[in-house]
Amino acid sequence: VPSFTVESCPSVKNILLLDSEGKRVAVKYFSDDWPNNASRLTFEKSIFTKTLKTNARSEAEITLLDGYIIVYKFVQDLHFFVTAGDDENELIIANVLQGFADSVGLLLRGDVEKRTALENLDLILLCIDEIIDGGIILETDANTIAGKVATNAADGSVPFSEQTISQALATAREHFARSLLK
Amino acid sequence: MPRSLAGDLTDPEMAQPYMKKDDDDSDIEYSPFFGIEKGAVLQEARAFHDPQLDARRCSQVITKLLYLINQGESFTKVEATEVFFAVTKLFQSNDAGLRRLVYLMIKELSPSSDEVFIVTSSLMKDMNSKTDMYRANAIRVLCRIIDGNLLTQIERYLKQAIVDKNPVVASAALVSGIHLLQANPEIVKRWSNEVQEAVQSRAALVQFHGLALLHQTRQNDRLAVSKLVSSLTRGSVRSPLAQCLLIRYTSQVIRESSNTQSGDRPFFDYLESCLRHKAEMVILEAARKITEMDVTSRELAPAITVLQLFLSSSKPVLRFAAVRTLNKVAITRPLAVTNCNVDLESLMSDQNRSIATLAITTLLKTGNESSVDRLMKQITSFMSDISDEFKIVVIEAIRSLCLKFPLKYRSMMIFLSNSLREEGGFEYKKAIVDSIVTLIGAIPDAKEIGLLHLCEFIEDCEFTYLSSQILHFLGNEGPRTSDPSRYIRYIYNRVILENPTVRASAVSTLAKFGALVDELKV
Repeated sequence: VPSFTVESCPSVKNILLLDSEGKRVAVKYFSDDWPNNASRLTFEKSIFTKTLKTNARSEAEITLLDGYIIVYKFVQDLHFFVTAGDDENELIIANVLQGFADSVGLLLRGDVEKRTALENLDLILLCIDEIIDGGIILETDANTIAGKVATNAADGSVPFSEQTISQALATAREHFARSLLK
Repeated sequence: MPRSLAGDLTDPEMAQPYMKKDDDDSDIEYSPFFGIEKGAVLQEARAFHDPQLDARRCSQVITKLLYLINQGESFTKVEATEVFFAVTKLFQSNDAGLRRLVYLMIKELSPSSDEVFIVTSSLMKDMNSKTDMYRANAIRVLCRIIDGNLLTQIERYLKQAIVDKNPVVASAALVSGIHLLQANPEIVKRWSNEVQEAVQSRAALVQFHGLALLHQTRQNDRLAVSKLVSSLTRGSVRSPLAQCLLIRYTSQVIRESSNTQSGDRPFFDYLESCLRHKAEMVILEAARKITEMDVTSRELAPAITVLQLFLSSSKPVLRFAAVRTLNKVAITRPLAVTNCNVDLESLMSDQNRSIATLAITTLLKTGNESSVDRLMKQITSFMSDISDEFKIVVIEAIRSLCLKFPLKYRSMMIFLSNSLREEGGFEYKKAIVDSIVTLIGAIPDAKEIGLLHLCEFIEDCEFTYLSSQILHFLGNEGPRTSDPSRYIRYIYNRVILENPTVRASAVSTLAKFGALVDELKV
């Protein structure tokens, strides 16, 4: 029996970047389903454990947990997850995951591993911010996402479309210290 | 080795957080945040008040703060306010990278309504900046923190932003509009001219965001939504995301339409044409919506065909999406899915166990009476390969199947009984017991064998709760069978061999037998 629910815009519940032990590198939640840090940590532990033994390296994988669909991918020692409600279009969420993983790859210049990610945490957080706003998808194309991050980091007065990604990133690298312990 | 804070403050380049013994051993490995400590970072943030700002240094400190917040560190109200005030000082710097981090930080701190005023003028200035990324992001931050009053003040700029030639700016304003709609519908609805212009935009995502906002402002007006759908299905849709939205709204119109004649559905043709779109997400969206509607078999067929093709995709996400959809269809229209049975059977060995389980449960719904026995055989080998969580799903599907084909109860009862003997946790065993009980209740012929299976189970059951429940059930059902004495031995053994709780249940069960069965009365 079709229910007369009003159709809604695709929405994302959370984006997670965890390390190979399930610990947080960068996470962002867009839903009140996890009202406090404890509930979030529980969720992260569940999804990490559930997906640990699967092979999500060549192709994005997908699973159901607690009434959510989670599309995920592993690159080196980093685990990327995007979560949505179980009535969402899985391919849209897969698109978001792809944009996330690939733009991180661009921003870290191919060095997609935990240490590099932490050393460039600012870029990762900006990246996530350019993909989703309050649960709504802003952008899924990796080049565009990375471009928006890099432009900000560099000289914001040049319209981002005029900069190539590598140019922008090079300027960004000059701008931000690699090591935060300096 | 701990370093004193006082010494380090004199040389910002050398500033180290106070070394804290970290609980977690694996942080011994190098991490730029090793030993980070909230108090020290808050101290460092005082540098934001300096008249001469070192942009690079400030960026580093903000990143550390963001790291702490991300890791779940909590800030007291006082700390949060202090940090917020310090961060607002950073608007003095013209460094673009730092500004971007300031935007992030403001959003994270969620300033209260009496703190917001400090940044509104800076943000409003940025909202009119020549720098596109400043405009876009300032809009997003502002709209996150303002109230209705302030919104009316900046409304003019937001309307301009919606039709800005830079798509990032336009999208920022549109998405902010969607968020603002909740609390300020009357205001956002005034922007409909600009939003409509955005819907005509050539920039793919601007149209997507515009469409989402426009629909939300009109969702209670059926005619308006219908008109919107009408014009767009004939116009240009510039991104798969916008196409998906349009598919959703079209199905809404069809559902709500008072026109029930299947021949008179122009919007349906649009949906059907989307099955041939080049983007997979569009095909999936259309197929799914068609399957959710009240359609004829002929209308349903092309959607099923397309989903069937997805079943053999190399991409797990596609296979999953397809099998999940077919699983749902199989509940109400199993015959429509039978063409997919061969593909579904090969999915039983899919590496992704969610896919495999969905395939099996779909088959259990589409299976006909003659295929039940074969299915049961296949499922037996399948079960050893999956976790309890999936097994429970399968058990429930088997129960439904048995209720559908009550004459096949024998092979399914045997399956359930064998499952009870296998390894498994409490929830799994309980699901099986519940299923047997349900079947006993629904299929009179199955009662005797079902009760026997339960008796055999309690001989070796590790779960007191289940044993007690079963004994209780036996007490109610056993006496009413043709030969109650069959069960006495099993019950009597429980009186002798089990823990006190189970023994107590067994005794009261025997009592019931004794009371209700004349031949047994001594």
